[in-house]
Amino acid sequence: MNINLKIWRQSSDKKDGKLHDYRLENVDPNISFLEMLDILNNKLVKEKKDPVAFDHDCREGICGSCGFMINGRPHGPQKATTVCQLHMRSFKDEDDILLEPFRAKSFGVIKDLSVDRKSFDRIISSSGFVSVDTGEAGEANYIPIEKNNADEAFLSAACIGCGACVAACKNSSAMLFTSAKVSHLALLPQGEIEQADRVNKMVATMDAEGFGACTNTGACSAECPKEISQTNIARLNREFVKAQLGSFIKKK
Amino acid sequence: MNDFKLNSNAPNGELHTKWEDYKKTLNKLTPEEANKYKVIIIGTGLAGASAAATLAEKGFNIHAFSYHESPRRAHSIAAQGGINAAKNYKQDGDSVMRLFYDTIKGGDFRSREDNVYRLAELSVNIIDQCVAQGVPFAREYGGLLDNRSFGGVQVSRTFYARGQTGQQLLLGAYSALSRQTNAGKVTFYPRHDMLDIVTVDGKAKGIVTRNLLNGKIESHSADVVILATGGYSNVYYLSTNAMASNVTANWRAHRKGALFANPSFTQIHPTCIPVKNDFQSKLTLMSESLRNDGRVWVPKKKNDTRKAVDIPEEERDYYLERIYPAFGNLVPRDVASRRAKEVCDNGQGVGNTGVAVYLDFKKAIKEKGEQFIKEKYGNLFDMYQNITDENPYKTPMKIYPAVHYTMGGLWVDYNLMTTIPGLFSIGESNFSDHGANRLGASALMQGLADGYFVAPHTIMDYLATENPDFSNKTDQKEFVAAVEETEKDIEDIMSIKGDLVVDEVHRELGKVVWDKVGMARDKKGLNHAIDSIPKIKEKFWKNVSIPGSDKDMNQELEKALRLKDFIELAELMAHDALDRNESCGAHFREEYQTPENEAERNDKDFKYVAAWGYNKNGKPSLFKEELKYKNVKLKTRSYK
Repeated sequence: MNINLKIWRQSSDKKDGKLHDYRLENVDPNISFLEMLDILNNKLVKEKKDPVAFDHDCREGICGSCGFMINGRPHGPQKATTVCQLHMRSFKDEDDILLEPFRAKSFGVIKDLSVDRKSFDRIISSSGFVSVDTGEAGEANYIPIEKNNADEAFLSAACIGCGACVAACKNSSAMLFTSAKVSHLALLPQGEIEQADRVNKMVATMDAEGFGACTNTGACSAECPKEISQTNIARLNREFVKAQLGSFIKKK
Repeated sequence: MNDFKLNSNAPNGELHTKWEDYKKTLNKLTPEEANKYKVIIIGTGLAGASAAATLAEKGFNIHAFSYHESPRRAHSIAAQGGINAAKNYKQDGDSVMRLFYDTIKGGDFRSREDNVYRLAELSVNIIDQCVAQGVPFAREYGGLLDNRSFGGVQVSRTFYARGQTGQQLLLGAYSALSRQTNAGKVTFYPRHDMLDIVTVDGKAKGIVTRNLLNGKIESHSADVVILATGGYSNVYYLSTNAMASNVTANWRAHRKGALFANPSFTQIHPTCIPVKNDFQSKLTLMSESLRNDGRVWVPKKKNDTRKAVDIPEEERDYYLERIYPAFGNLVPRDVASRRAKEVCDNGQGVGNTGVAVYLDFKKAIKEKGEQFIKEKYGNLFDMYQNITDENPYKTPMKIYPAVHYTMGGLWVDYNLMTTIPGLFSIGESNFSDHGANRLGASALMQGLADGYFVAPHTIMDYLATENPDFSNKTDQKEFVAAVEETEKDIEDIMSIKGDLVVDEVHRELGKVVWDKVGMARDKKGLNHAIDSIPKIKEKFWKNVSIPGSDKDMNQELEKALRLKDFIELAELMAHDALDRNESCGAHFREEYQTPENEAERNDKDFKYVAAWGYNKNGKPSLFKEELKYKNVKLKTRSYK
């Protein structure tokens, strides 16, 4: 198959970027999308031109490194799939394919399709953990956890932190990302004690990082490669109200 | 260096109490005292993040470096199957002793008893710690932790979180690390490649890094340096490792005097999605846990082009069940891999390339139901279907072995310290616990045992004997020289301006290493590798092409800096494999096999760890650490 690529090229966050056209011919439909970009980059290097920068690492859809917009959608057209797991068979011969970086105020462009997502780390380090030192833990099976809760917690914890939810949201909200961590820990007895403090701090950090408000459009879940559910956002809101009420009552 | 004697520094005493007794003798520092020290950690995967968090909890000031943008991207995240622990929750006769024995035996009696016992002992603490952090392990309906069995053993001791155990454990360690970042005890340097190690008066005192965003070369000083930089499977070009996984940090340490142990002990994982074409950039592993319910087979007839469904039962060869009635599909990785190669070499391979075997779930789906299989392996099945465009619920998977893990690594003593004082190596980056072959679900166990429970004690002991020096020492001549050397390397590579893309050279190297130092090796092939690798090196230094500037984000330059070290490592691997005139575990020398085509060990001559020293212009020098077995009997492994 032949394809026509339009790729956002930007040498750094200080420079302006623009779209460049590239054409690739005889692309094997069974190669992955990133292998297609490898081929383009090899060609550019051969022509002594700067290859397209993009983040990627495991190429198994789990590390969360990859991610950019393909024809306006984070990670492209296939449901529940990261860019690295997308294959060229999802496109047609002579398709035009537009590649742009994730765009959000809190994700600066580093180069071409690579963006800075350190704000996600800061949300986690504000309180996305259980305060237990190494060696302090008791016997693992002393606290049984209902299987349903454990399974739900796992589904929330499966977030790969790629940022697609932010890129999909018209407000660039990080609610799905933040709520997934809040939910994961709220569903387990280990996370319960610090729950109020956690949700307050994580929400405050999310706001301070410049992410927008959530207006419940559901675009985040729809585009999430790991299908992190909207329920997490409802759970965060519930925990947040509980925490606010709790501190209000304490003050009284 | 020739009079240098390798000593494991393992304490004397009884195996069962050795580590606990030893720990009591180690020097301690109070948090106030620890606060005066600076610790550098390279790599923030399972081993690095857990060590960073634990040392920070003890009061040390941690400077953690990674080429990733975040610790959560480390390749530990891709481990699927699970983590072993001798909890004996299933009451199937498991014990620390049994896990110890399985690991020693699985490693084909080429690992150190003391280290392996400690690993088995600490396995139970890991599970407790992870559960306390909120790691959502799989549970039974009664709310207790679930277990499954894994290759090479006959008990159920593997804890798991669907097929994403590595992810959940790494996110646990990352959360502990994040907590310490928040507390101000950890400074994280994202997108930094470590390009050299700095020694002062023979001790590791710092590193040289390249900031991947702006190309800036910087040096950093500390009281101790810990390498948690993972394995080097990408020397083969195609492997299941993430694209950026590399040997550079370890190789730079090796060039500065750290011995490299058993470099040719590389593990081939039996269940990967087969190579499809020349554009393939990496290989995808399908968790070994699939062998619990999947049956491996090939057609009995050679060059059989029928579809799997058209081949009747009696014309299928379930070769693992046939050859190994006791373990069947659950034989260790090296055995399963080699047998797959054998049937394919014999013309019984399947698929377009003939280099694949079937992994069939039909029986399990019929007996346990599709829902059961979906719950246990859903994400793996989805991943398989997405990559191959075939539905494994309907047709059997096609699999083939691929390089996956490296047992070899920097030589370390019982304290996990390399031959450079003050330089520690933990997790996959050291050689310590898996001998010549690693059992499934043991990599996560070792990474976390080293990081949470071993290194924090031994490093504190080391530091207690060092005067803390918090001042910045990077103006010392050793640091200045190391920076200059690194800058010169980069300048040299940038000025080659040849015609070859880095990946082209890497692919060529990978082919040689896979063909000659892969699943089966022989003298002729190894000599061929030793002859041809220097030619690839020459090609690299004469003809590689790096566009753009080194003062900018330059992903081609990053790859080139890694490849130059892979090339040197590849040569050492061939030397190591050639030197070891026996077969053991994953190291299979064609010349040394039993009449049943199993690995034939030679305990009389090769019961040692081969630790290699670097010589600038000449052959590497070999140092041997004799392995002593006081608690297990050396046996020929049998899984029949």
